[in-house]
Amino acid sequence: MLNQDLKLNTKVFNDDVEKIATRQGFGEGLLKAGEENENIVALSADLTESTKANLFADRFPERFIQVGVAEQNLVSVASGMALMGKIPFATSYAIFNPGRNWEQIRTTICYNNQPVKIIGSHGGLSVGPDGGSHQMLEDIALTRVIPNLVVISPCDAIEAKKATVECAKTQDPTYIRLARNNTPIITTDETQFEIGKAQIVFVPEVGLAHVGIIATGPILYKALIAAHELEKMGTKVKVMNLSTIKPLDTEAVITLAKETKAIVTVEDHQIAGGMGSAVAECLASNYIVPIEFVGVDNKFGQSGTPSELEKYYKIDTPDIIEKAQKVLKRKF
Amino acid sequence: METLTDAKIKELKVIANNIRKSIVEMLCEAGSGHTAGPLGMADIFTLLYFHILKHDPKNPLWVNRDRLVLSNGHICPVLYAAMAESGYFGKEELKTLRKFGSRLQGHPHREFMPWVETSSGPLGSGLSQAVGMAIVEKIYGGHRTIYAILSDGEHDEGNTWEAIMLAGKEKLSNLIVIVDRNKIQIEGNTERVMPLGNLKEKYESFGWNAEDVDGHNFFEINSAIYKAKINKGTPSVIIAHTIPGKGVKEWENDYRWHGIAPNKEQAQMALEELDKELK
Repeated sequence: MLNQDLKLNTKVFNDDVEKIATRQGFGEGLLKAGEENENIVALSADLTESTKANLFADRFPERFIQVGVAEQNLVSVASGMALMGKIPFATSYAIFNPGRNWEQIRTTICYNNQPVKIIGSHGGLSVGPDGGSHQMLEDIALTRVIPNLVVISPCDAIEAKKATVECAKTQDPTYIRLARNNTPIITTDETQFEIGKAQIVFVPEVGLAHVGIIATGPILYKALIAAHELEKMGTKVKVMNLSTIKPLDTEAVITLAKETKAIVTVEDHQIAGGMGSAVAECLASNYIVPIEFVGVDNKFGQSGTPSELEKYYKIDTPDIIEKAQKVLKRKF
Repeated sequence: METLTDAKIKELKVIANNIRKSIVEMLCEAGSGHTAGPLGMADIFTLLYFHILKHDPKNPLWVNRDRLVLSNGHICPVLYAAMAESGYFGKEELKTLRKFGSRLQGHPHREFMPWVETSSGPLGSGLSQAVGMAIVEKIYGGHRTIYAILSDGEHDEGNTWEAIMLAGKEKLSNLIVIVDRNKIQIEGNTERVMPLGNLKEKYESFGWNAEDVDGHNFFEINSAIYKAKINKGTPSVIIAHTIPGKGVKEWENDYRWHGIAPNKEQAQMALEELDKELK
């Protein structure tokens, strides 16, 4: 059942659950942050509407910079603005930002330790028909290896808005991964959000859980549906929303592993180097339990509807259920 | 900005000579590093640190200081030597260049030395950072001048041209770029490795005010910077034609000195030659 201590959306299991894209939540969050702090500036590489940075750009045109299709310039200009005391949001698609401009992010932002907020929209297979060239499946791996950089992958539009507003208040370089499509609203305005804190969003009605599912990003919804199904089959499940991938909430991850002794990680990203790898690194050196990984396994994406792709690349609800059953059999 | 008197030019020549000697000594002590670029840029750094920049070596983080972005971080020995010469820190610290725990990292790193404006080394992104700084001054009504030092070789990087385009579009007249046009890069002559041609015309076609100068003529450089400062409505670039290895005849214009440091004998020879120069 949903962990109602978190004041989650009670309609999340309904067929008519409200769906909004996380990029929309970002756009609203950026506007709010801009209203609260005149030192917030935003930059776009010719994708202002697609990333929803247009909400800020329309309201504060004097604090908005259009750099053209030039993502390396996007982040290094942002670094220069941060060095003059501003909080820049550098926005584009994840495939280009941090895909195209990784070294500039490393050197001009993170090595300089400047509070630039790197916004990568259209993360994951859910981009759909645009095809594999635009489906960014490697950004979590690329960003979480850079020292100083905070990495956040919000689960829904409401959390994306909160993550945006909160990261605007820190001096940390930060990457926020967003998705293109409308996805179910899981949290509410009342749900607490803190950068670096994981939350258990689904708990057994009574007793300890048999398996822990850790998900990041909008695919958390599929983890919840899988948990709901597993519960009906008699398996007690806890589901964690791991929206901040770095710094990792190690205490929460270890606590979940100690209770369940079996973990499944779920992400719309390559298995290699992603959130599941971060969880595995943590548990391998702190508390060893079997882990199964739901993610894309060393393949590029292709055109298709998001549901076709999720099924083909095995990151769908039945795949989560299957991995949960598999990990249960592997328990020590 | 003051015009340069003959007395001032004489004084600057002495300082530049001191900076060159510091460069040779620190590189010899370090046993590795870049020699040609720093020697070639010693006159320009001297003019900047002792005549042009609004800065306060005793209060390095003074908020209203001009900003100097060194994009081609590998020539940092000249930056460190100019900083020491002008009193940011003692000249004895120059001997720690490239050593473990030193504030003077092999390429500048703000975490170790917060008085450098940016960490740099990987080529091609310094101009973008300077453009970002200049944009902030434009948006928020600041009056600091943003200077950026670029190598000619880093014009091979697409990132540099992205920044040139944006600066032209934003009409950043508070931005003054000095390009070290020494015509060498690590593997040889720039025109052989990747021809750059006429940089002045290229910049002009992107909406910049551009001027070629002799990078060892204080009067010419100063007057070009003065013109850049009063120029309105466009960013300015000064293409400074310099001699790599300047001051040590045997090293001048030899690309092999781009990325190596002198040994003790070579350093001794160079220091003797530099000592004679002002006599």
